[in-house]
Amino acid sequence: MRVEEFLFDYRETVFNRWFQGVFADYAPETSRFLREEKDLFANPVGHALYEGLEGLYRELLQEKASPHIHLYLQKILQVRAVQDFSPSQAVNFILRLKEVVREEMKKSGRQGDLTAESWQAFEEKVDSLVLLAFDVYTQYRERLYEIRVKELKNSIEVFRRRFDREMEKPRR
Amino acid sequence: MASIPKPDQLSRVDYGPPQTGWLETPVQFKPGYWSYGGKPHNLEVLGLPNPRDWSPADVDWKLPENWQEIILEGLRERLDKYRSLRLFMDICVRCGACADKCHYYIGSGDPKNMPVLRAELLRSVYRKDFTTAGKILGKFAGARKLDEEVLKEWFYYFFQCSECRRCSLFCPYGIDTAEITIIARELLNLVGCNIDWVVASVANCYRTGNHLGIQPHALVDMIEFYVDEIEDITGIRLEPTFNRKGAEILFIVPSGDIFADPGTYNLMGYMMLFHELGLDYTWSTYASEGGNFGLFTSHEMMKRLNAKLYAEAKRLGVKWMIGGECGHMWRVLHQYMDTMNGPADFMEEPVSPITGTRFDNAKSTKMVHICEFTADLIKHNKLKLDPSRNDHLKVTFHDSCNTSRGMGILDEPRYIIKNVCRHFHEMPENTIREQTFCCGSGSGLNADEVMELRMRGGLPRANAVQYVREKYGVNMLACICAIDRAVLPALMDYWVPGVEVAGVHELLGNALILKGEKERTTDLRGEPLPGAEEDGDV
Repeated sequence: MRVEEFLFDYRETVFNRWFQGVFADYAPETSRFLREEKDLFANPVGHALYEGLEGLYRELLQEKASPHIHLYLQKILQVRAVQDFSPSQAVNFILRLKEVVREEMKKSGRQGDLTAESWQAFEEKVDSLVLLAFDVYTQYRERLYEIRVKELKNSIEVFRRRFDREMEKPRR
Repeated sequence: MASIPKPDQLSRVDYGPPQTGWLETPVQFKPGYWSYGGKPHNLEVLGLPNPRDWSPADVDWKLPENWQEIILEGLRERLDKYRSLRLFMDICVRCGACADKCHYYIGSGDPKNMPVLRAELLRSVYRKDFTTAGKILGKFAGARKLDEEVLKEWFYYFFQCSECRRCSLFCPYGIDTAEITIIARELLNLVGCNIDWVVASVANCYRTGNHLGIQPHALVDMIEFYVDEIEDITGIRLEPTFNRKGAEILFIVPSGDIFADPGTYNLMGYMMLFHELGLDYTWSTYASEGGNFGLFTSHEMMKRLNAKLYAEAKRLGVKWMIGGECGHMWRVLHQYMDTMNGPADFMEEPVSPITGTRFDNAKSTKMVHICEFTADLIKHNKLKLDPSRNDHLKVTFHDSCNTSRGMGILDEPRYIIKNVCRHFHEMPENTIREQTFCCGSGSGLNADEVMELRMRGGLPRANAVQYVREKYGVNMLACICAIDRAVLPALMDYWVPGVEVAGVHELLGNALILKGEKERTTDLRGEPLPGAEEDGDV
């Protein structure tokens, strides 16, 4: 059996445990709110996390990742990059999937059906995903700092335009 | 050799209950969460207590010896003075209706950003010292002693509330957490704990008449610069006047519209409109700030700064006033000005000289919102407009907290937009009008050092913009607040790149046909109008 088959057959339990674990990164009251509030506009964080995780899970069911994989990571990490997480905390949810899959496999008793090559391939996939996640996370941190610089530059922009005009066509 | 921590130890977020209860867990001042403390010379200018160099990240905040007494006495005084405060302290039943309505809570997930808990930070101290149950039962009655950790927690969380009042909309008792934040910040000011972004602006406004500290000659120079820019675009040379005694109308705008893009384009729109009407108005270089960061400091400071508007109106002998597109200016005007600095019985009830409309709602304050004024003009067909000049813009409208919840201006800006643009799309119902989500940077929380906080807080608003961008191709977010114009560009750059921000009068200025103008080839930003870029060499 390949891991992807297990992920498909047990998708409800495995995915559920995975996303519940991500929501548990927040305070208990918040975790409940993120899970229960269904309105996209009242709960943008819950939605972004859920859609991102769902997308990533679907990607992991395939042999090869599609170009959309970036979008799913972006959905999650754009939010986590401005919340109270260190970089490693922000991306750790991906590594945790390995743990969830291992435990669910044990519970299901299907561990023995799994080939070693397939597990190794899955682990490599998850590891690559973590590396990709760091790139995406950093992209948002960099964007944040670029925005700070832009805002500071903009604060003197009109004075710069005024100065340029004076140089071109002095008023007096 | 020390062992390397396991990945799990390093990176797992442990959200088991903290070792100490929420009432006793001290706050950690991490970068991106807090604004810099008020600089001493700004406090000295204003006569505020305890000016000194300090930082919220320091352990020692250099508080006065008797700071607890000062705060508790201050609380007692305000409980006696403001009945609403006493009511809000007593009446909360912790139903939680407000809990998930605050944009800072939605974006951060931090339970102390739930309005109910934010209010508890103050309420728990109130209970300990001002209620019998609290004095006797202590912790069991949800009461706690005011110590330095508690004060730090107040600072941390009351400068994570933008006083937007969204929570009060959902509270069955109408508790206004914004008012609780206002009082808490007043108390913090009593011991010199304020943020520089607010207190520097207040000091500047007190000395020179505007938040940026720009002096009269520099202000005149900038306005004349916009006269030059308008002439380049329209071929018409405007002739604004300054400090003109006997003018009919005194026009006051937020200084952000004079000194920061994209407010500057909005300013050009105001000036073009008034020129076209031949309106008898004057600028003032002394009352050159519509905004009032005093509102984010204390009632006294708000009153002090607001007083100059009427003082200047009296000095110039104007009949009434028009105010520009500012947010909290109108909350101050609508909710406080009359009681604080009124009655303005030296002025007349505003009547539009163009349409004859009497602005009954401004009967007492004598100040009309420019959107009311302009919407009235359009309603009476007094303006020649060409909305096709805005065809490159797919516009949505952000209701600013203070003008929507704080004042009730909901329809006038939309009416103007619909008459100057042909592509307008509303954001989802539960994110606009009274339920609007704050920009995440209000009440002085718009310094760059709290960019993470601003991005988190603005997420619900940005999410709604993203929705209309994906559905309708929206590329312009219009608003009638100067802080919004200053902060929404950063919010859009992070969450919804490709959406720009504009004031409503910039859009009007684009569409307005001026008598004798040359053929317009660019909008007010100098960008080619739709169709103009297809022409060959000019």
